[in-house]
Amino acid sequence: MSASLAPILAVKELSARYGSVEALHAASLTVEDGEFVAILGPNGAGKSTLMRAVMGLVANSGAVDFRGAPLPRAAPAACAARGIVLVPEGRGIFTPMTVGENLELGAYLLNDATEFARRRERVFSLFPRLRERLHQTAGSLSGGEQQMVAVGRALMAGPQILLLDEPSLGLAPRVTEDILGALDVLNKEGLTIVLVEQKAPLVLRLARRAYLMSLGRVVAEIDPRTVTSHADLAQYYLS
Amino acid sequence: MPTSHNIISPERLTALAPGLPWAVAIAIVGYAFIAGGYLVTVMSFALIYAVFVIGLNLFMGYAGQVTFGHNAFAALGGYGSAVLTSAYGWPPLGAFAAGLALALAVALVVGYPTLRLKGHYLAMATLAIGLIVYEIAVQWQAVTGGYMGISGIPPIGIGGFDILSDRAQLIFLALVVALSTWSAMRLRASRFGRALAAIAGSEDAARALGIDVARYKLMAFLVSAAYAALAGTLFVHVVGFVSPEVFGLHMVVLAFTMLYVGGIGTAAGPLIGAVIVSLLPETFRALKDYQDLAYGAGLILLLIFAPKGLAALGDLLPRSKKS
Repeated sequence: MSASLAPILAVKELSARYGSVEALHAASLTVEDGEFVAILGPNGAGKSTLMRAVMGLVANSGAVDFRGAPLPRAAPAACAARGIVLVPEGRGIFTPMTVGENLELGAYLLNDATEFARRRERVFSLFPRLRERLHQTAGSLSGGEQQMVAVGRALMAGPQILLLDEPSLGLAPRVTEDILGALDVLNKEGLTIVLVEQKAPLVLRLARRAYLMSLGRVVAEIDPRTVTSHADLAQYYLS
Repeated sequence: MPTSHNIISPERLTALAPGLPWAVAIAIVGYAFIAGGYLVTVMSFALIYAVFVIGLNLFMGYAGQVTFGHNAFAALGGYGSAVLTSAYGWPPLGAFAAGLALALAVALVVGYPTLRLKGHYLAMATLAIGLIVYEIAVQWQAVTGGYMGISGIPPIGIGGFDILSDRAQLIFLALVVALSTWSAMRLRASRFGRALAAIAGSEDAARALGIDVARYKLMAFLVSAAYAALAGTLFVHVVGFVSPEVFGLHMVVLAFTMLYVGGIGTAAGPLIGAVIVSLLPETFRALKDYQDLAYGAGLILLLIFAPKGLAALGDLLPRSKKS
């Protein structure tokens, strides 16, 4: 009963460091089941580090609870096993492999052919182009298609909560719309999504809540509906 | 639309390209079998090295790691076979199994701590393993015979049936290489192989997908050590003699040359690389004093015109234009 009350993700006082440089200072935030939460902030604000720290990909201290149970702090594989899946910054897809192999690696922990086929059909229905490109090497695709592979690969893992680190980076606005549209569909089906983004206006239509980050700290929690322009957003940083 | 009357059109060449390195390697080994003589010996060494390089390719090409110390596992397999068959009269197969077990045990003990290292650090740590095993082979005279080595190692034989003639050995080695290549290709196409390729692509991305990176690196290390041990065993039986020099640093340098000339990360690379690199010094032997110069120049030219290795030469053929 307590599990249903606990948020799907609770980050408590999470700090992370690269060598001797602390890049994230005691960040705290919560994500409820089924939410679409945005994490906004300028370059170097610690957004990517926050994502990497949640996954345990960077040395970190503090606590992250998943559905009320603490997550091990240095075990990305354990996070993946629980359904916490990250689409890393710069996509992190395997460019020498085919699209099909990338998707297979997404379902690495799955051992069920029927479920595998079901998930892959779901990916194809969201990104029909991936079906056509299935046997092509991922490196030969356009930037937008590569981002579709990255999101598709994450979906193959059967995520409970999907973390995306700037999927719009380097993409044409039209392609970004396609990707964000797919995320909107997934969220409406019940998937919890945390989206890191520099370009605030892109996500404020989708997210119900947003956290603002600056200089390695979470500085504010905002209601996107109250924000309609960059000027509004700037107030949070300047006040 | 022009109709081509050529039997070998550019399109067809491109389609055949992936098979080309295999065909060339098989043709050369086949020619050696027919021609006989010294060429059989050269090709036998090439095939033994091919087994070693197949293992190296798994760890370096597929998993994207570095090792300068796999000669250690060839030495453990080779010396295991040499000592047990010559001094204790074990059958070659049993001695091979014991040597393999020893090599795997050492690979496990050594690999567990060192595989946390990356890049140059891993290279240095593995280099040390090769040097240590070399030193043991030199110093532990009671067992290894020191610099003098062990001679009188019986030929390969299974169940009282010995493989004696050079040609029979060549056929046997060709079969072993075929099996090794096939098993490595199967491994690459498996879930295990995909995980290794993921680690080579990005360790973080692999981790985030739930792949236990440390465990898979260790497994790749063990599998490649097994191929190395097999190569070591084959060597001592074919030559009938073993000394520390056989598995010295020279082995690593030669195997690296084969791997890069053949094409690292490709299926055909180890075989074609081993065959061509073994053949090069023989080709230039007539040049006498200039032999090494020609060999070096040949290698440089190969790497300039086929930077991805001979196995990827097909990429250089004219592309079929489908518009």
